Amino acid sequence: MAQVTSSMPVAVRLSLSGLIALLGGLLLLAPRPGPVRAAEVPVVAAAADLQFALAEVAEAFSRATSLRVRLALGSSGNFTRQIIQGAPFEVFFSADEGYVRELAERSLTADNGRIYAIGRLVLYAPTGSPVQADPDMDDLAAAVADGRLRKLAIANPDHAPYGRAARAALTRKGLWEKLQGRLVFGENISQAAQFALSGTVEAGVIAQSLAISDRMARAGTFAVLHPSLYPPLRQKMVLLRGAGQTARRFYEYVQSEPARAAFERYGFALPTKAD
Amino acid sequence: MDWIALRLSLELAAWTAAVLLPLGMLIARELAWRPRAGRAWFEAMVALPLVLPPTVLGYYLLSMFGGTTWIGQAYQALVGRPLAFSFQGLLLASVVFNLPFAVQPMQRAFEAIPRDVREAAWVSGLSHWRTFWRVELPLAWTGVVSSMVLTVAHTVGEFGVVLMMGGNIPGQTRTISIAIYDRVQAFDDRAAALMSALLLGFSLVAIAVVYGLSDRRARA
Repeated sequence: MAQVTSSMPVAVRLSLSGLIALLGGLLLLAPRPGPVRAAEVPVVAAAADLQFALAEVAEAFSRATSLRVRLALGSSGNFTRQIIQGAPFEVFFSADEGYVRELAERSLTADNGRIYAIGRLVLYAPTGSPVQADPDMDDLAAAVADGRLRKLAIANPDHAPYGRAARAALTRKGLWEKLQGRLVFGENISQAAQFALSGTVEAGVIAQSLAISDRMARAGTFAVLHPSLYPPLRQKMVLLRGAGQTARRFYEYVQSEPARAAFERYGFALPTKAD
Repeated sequence: MDWIALRLSLELAAWTAAVLLPLGMLIARELAWRPRAGRAWFEAMVALPLVLPPTVLGYYLLSMFGGTTWIGQAYQALVGRPLAFSFQGLLLASVVFNLPFAVQPMQRAFEAIPRDVREAAWVSGLSHWRTFWRVELPLAWTGVVSSMVLTVAHTVGEFGVVLMMGGNIPGQTRTISIAIYDRVQAFDDRAAALMSALLLGFSLVAIAVVYGLSDRRARA
């Protein structure tokens, strides 16, 4: 690369490969900064519909055990991809079963996972919206036809289970085709809910667990969608390969009575023994 | 307010600057003083992160260093943890996307030093090292400081590459710009507003410093 001549300043007399080696060495040497070294605080990847419910469960877990976990919230599909690429999560709360199965098939999990909750979809209409929320989305269908509905928020069906469920419900009602061009996709269900909350859309098909949070309940109305409209959101959690003691205890705690009660309060149905 | 994210951002910025100060200076001096065939391509490669969408950069970084690639697996075998979704992975990404911000101001500053000045120093018996310390750096320091300020500010503000390569992991790769995105999704407008205001002030000060330095150089 560089022509090394005697007139070159010392500092320049480094070949490019030397530079790359230097850079590589620096990267290896760079310490994990302070907060990162806390390996005993495992990071839990959780579907965004768990934003409030799991935060409450994690807090109760800390009070009960004086151990801590960190929550990362996002879409289940996105997390699955990150876990396949080596992201250091120890427990994964998916919003469906399929992603957990995919990870188990790749031997990235420590067990086969457990159903922890069954999610419900709601139709949410922010205050002042011309659309009425009802369990069969009849007014939504009318609003699509007469133009009252300009934009509808859902999660991205490509990688968010709640988006897939919303698509199934809208398809069942014969609205999916008609809504093309009027859908706003959240990267995950929490972002879709945030679009609905901000009033930039007339309605959103979102998770009940988010709609019943204080902020959302105050800023709009919602109706729980009829369960026959979409396949059930059987939400599965799984211990990932390399999960430590704290992660395992948290995994156990989520199956305990107080945790189940919290999920129920946030509008989830609980799995039965058969699940 | 996510203090852990702020601290992480500042640590990432400091490490990026520490890597790019020597690396960027070497590249800047090469580009400034050693005209040769293919320089336009070399310069274009350095400038590429300015025009590339961060998602393109993130995609290539992940395809090169993700846990399923041979580089990613070799790194994991060597170090014991994956490169993607780690602080080291973020640092690597950060060095790449900051390259033009670090190199260009220094390159302009070194270009402004006439060759006669350096030759005069050499014939006066100064070694190349001493010429560098006593003649080049005192003339080019405003460019060096500008490049470091820009690097730090840009690292703190970068979003797309950090999200793709880092993955928004609290305490590990969630920088302050990602934390703002996260807080908005969590309906936590207060925290988002506070952190946004902080970044607005920080960025304004950084840019003002850079302009102040370039005025100073123009007058000199």
